[in-house]
Amino acid sequence: MPTIRFKVNGREHTVKDLDPSTPLLWVLRDSLGLAGAKFGCGLGMCGACTVHVDGQPVRSCLTPASSVAEKPITTIEGLAKDGKLHPLQEAWIEHDVAQCGYCQTGQIMSAAALLEENSKPSAEDIDMAMAGNLCRCGTYIRIREAVQAAAQKLDASKESGQ
Amino acid sequence: MNDQGLHDVMREIEAQDALAYSSSPMNRRLFLRVSGVAGGGMMLALQMGLASRTTALAAGLSGDEPFAPNAYLRISPDGSVLIYAKNPEIGQGVKTALPMIVAEELDADWSDVQVEQSEIDQSRYGSQFAGGSRSIPSNWDPLRKAGAVARHMLVAAAATRWGVSADQCKTEKSAVLHPASGRRLGYGEVASQAAALPVPDPESVPLKKRSEYKLLGKRITGVDNHSLVTGKPLFGIDQKVEGMLYASYEKCPATGGKVAQANLEEVRSLPGVKDAFVLEGNGKVDELMPGVAIVADSTWAAINAKRRLKVTWDESEASKDSFSGAVKKAAELAGQQGQPLRQGGDVAAAFASTAKTVEAFYSYPFLSHAPLEPQNCTAWFKDGSVEIWAPSQTPQRAVTKAANTLGIPAEKVTLHQTRIGGGFGRRLINDYVCEAAAISQKAGAPVKLQWTREDDMAHDFYRVAGFHSFKGAVNQSGRLSAWQDHFITFSSNGNRPVSGGSMGRSEFPEYLLENFKITQSLMPLSTPCGPWRAPGSNGIAFAVQCFLHELAVAAGRDHQEFLLEVMGEPRWIDPGNARSLHTGRAAGVIRLAAEKSGWGKPLPAGRGRGLAFHFSHAGHFAEVAEVSVDADKNLKVHKITVAGGVGPIINLSAAENQCQGAVIDGLSTALGLQLSIEKGRVQESNFHQYPILRMPSAPQVDVHFIESDYPPTGLGEPALPPVAPAICNAIFAASGQRVRELPLSKHGYSA
Repeated sequence: MPTIRFKVNGREHTVKDLDPSTPLLWVLRDSLGLAGAKFGCGLGMCGACTVHVDGQPVRSCLTPASSVAEKPITTIEGLAKDGKLHPLQEAWIEHDVAQCGYCQTGQIMSAAALLEENSKPSAEDIDMAMAGNLCRCGTYIRIREAVQAAAQKLDASKESGQ
Repeated sequence: MNDQGLHDVMREIEAQDALAYSSSPMNRRLFLRVSGVAGGGMMLALQMGLASRTTALAAGLSGDEPFAPNAYLRISPDGSVLIYAKNPEIGQGVKTALPMIVAEELDADWSDVQVEQSEIDQSRYGSQFAGGSRSIPSNWDPLRKAGAVARHMLVAAAATRWGVSADQCKTEKSAVLHPASGRRLGYGEVASQAAALPVPDPESVPLKKRSEYKLLGKRITGVDNHSLVTGKPLFGIDQKVEGMLYASYEKCPATGGKVAQANLEEVRSLPGVKDAFVLEGNGKVDELMPGVAIVADSTWAAINAKRRLKVTWDESEASKDSFSGAVKKAAELAGQQGQPLRQGGDVAAAFASTAKTVEAFYSYPFLSHAPLEPQNCTAWFKDGSVEIWAPSQTPQRAVTKAANTLGIPAEKVTLHQTRIGGGFGRRLINDYVCEAAAISQKAGAPVKLQWTREDDMAHDFYRVAGFHSFKGAVNQSGRLSAWQDHFITFSSNGNRPVSGGSMGRSEFPEYLLENFKITQSLMPLSTPCGPWRAPGSNGIAFAVQCFLHELAVAAGRDHQEFLLEVMGEPRWIDPGNARSLHTGRAAGVIRLAAEKSGWGKPLPAGRGRGLAFHFSHAGHFAEVAEVSVDADKNLKVHKITVAGGVGPIINLSAAENQCQGAVIDGLSTALGLQLSIEKGRVQESNFHQYPILRMPSAPQVDVHFIESDYPPTGLGEPALPPVAPAICNAIFAASGQRVRELPLSKHGYSA
């Protein structure tokens, strides 16, 4: 079986003897030791496995490893920059969003992709962008609040030129 | 097949009440031991009556109580305060809340506090589990006393050093102060000295009044939040052990089926597969049922190989259950009387002399827990012992169950508690732990067993369906005068209902009524059932609280007023039992929910409010749903107002989160969740057939608490039962349509 090279969170990784159909999720979790993306359904319906490939949110449980070789991949472990949390991560802590917390890394990655595209999302924009991420504990109300708060913070920092 | 363990788990949890609320001084006594620690500082080990009592009971009430500390508090010379969180964290917030209780009485600055999950050890920590909304009530007194005793000793040490009287000193923010002289000593500076002092009798150390709380009742963000949002490996699924292999396990989709034949040779030849073998199991559904284990070098190889596995099942003793068959049988039984369960007064006379009678038939379906983290467990069997890393709600039971499965003494099992990606009652049962242990034993290697979502939905301990054939009466003055409920439920042995399928005496409202009659019919069932968030109440509340509304409507009465009349004078239903319903507390939350929701204020056509109260897990909860329904049954839930009474609030943030989550869980379930079972097989396999609510359908949820000095009770469950009836009563108010069968989607409603 082939050797496949991955670019994850700005670092190069080489995985030897890898079945090319292996979903990216299991490469991240089993081969690269990045446990932030979670397994929930295996069918792309719960969003717990969400990561970014080329800046776009993808369901890593359905993404064959061979299709993302050499492409820039960002996982929750790479969202903080230079040791500083992403405003979404800060907002998640401030709003105490999590209950069990299992879905939250996927939620944050979906929200991060939204804010990249749309810095001033309406309540409806947020609902639609997050509709692919299930939270079995029902923390949707706090997720909405945290995304709004992070969007405002990001927007304010952009306007002040930071 | 043996399902005894499914009953035992709830009995053990409920037994906590007797211990936690007993007024016997022996039970309430708290034992504390203090010691210095290497490098200085103070370590306080505590043992409460609960733990020692449990141990003594297990030993046949010898009265010889071994020292069994159930928590540790450690203060280091640098002033840091380490508090061990003893119970499993499933999202209910106890990893933060339990240490907050210690920190409050200790007067520790929360920013000095570090929290770590404790080991799993009955002899040192007493009972460790997450279930029945019991973590807060059963740990409240011991943890408060632990904090207070430590504070008392730190003050004594500082006072001695200063040569002043202890009662001239006070504490704040992890420091002892002597206001008269302005002197101050941080806890870290006196911890070593405090550790050398004798431990005072915990009963002699005063506890704070609620008005003195600085930390409790505030919004405190969860102690694991930073790790959660940065993707740290906290959960069972994240565990890794050196040299670990990955396993999948295929069981018969009809419970009780055995492996007749399997293409093991073919599976063993698949890429990455190390071995494939049959486990016969021990016939216990909560331990190890027969199946085929596949051991591989990656999770994907194990899961993928399972798809190529072909098993011929011997289903001679397997479940043949059919839900559609049960629905038909229940409809037939509804016309019969059922076996008498409980009665009071004379319902026949009341019906004969009454102004109006109402009859209705209600039902709710089987449900899956569907926690987002599929079942998994890592186990390493080596030299007759096993080490386990498990997301279990009952880790101490997991130890004994794994030992039983492997045929080794419990002392040979070490279990490490992980964070849990959703419990909801599913992980009270430790079948996946036993499977992982057995696979590791046979494979001769450390193994992480990973279930798929399909495995999870096919092999749950389901919320049992239920049916209620009601007859009720209101008299000339519009008062509820008689109540009859023929409850049709399921049994695996013909004698008693399955786990979660009983209607206990504490289910509202029979104990408030003069004339009532509860009867029961049992239908056979092989599908394993178990506790699902607010067991019993989660279905019964829908039927009972909707039917009560039907009676209020029949009487031409306002629902709030009708409910308050049923409550009557403020009193404990079971005097002396602080876990029983108090009608005054019930009336308080009913009034508050009504007031905050704008109850009685006019709404446009097609929009309506619905009210429901339910008492469960010692929590008093009333909720008002405001919904719109159009002619095509498009349902919009605008807002749900929650009013709850659970005593003092520990962590307001987590408390509100629990209530909002319970409301969304309740709505999600009422709207679209159901399982169909045919030929013993659950037909739904994944989220496309089990549509958990998504964000666009989530309503606004306003949460209000009536805080009080009653002992605190738990919040994991009691906000859920009123949700479905509040929504269905609101649909009636908005549209005149009465829904008597869940889920709503079955009757054409969509949100």
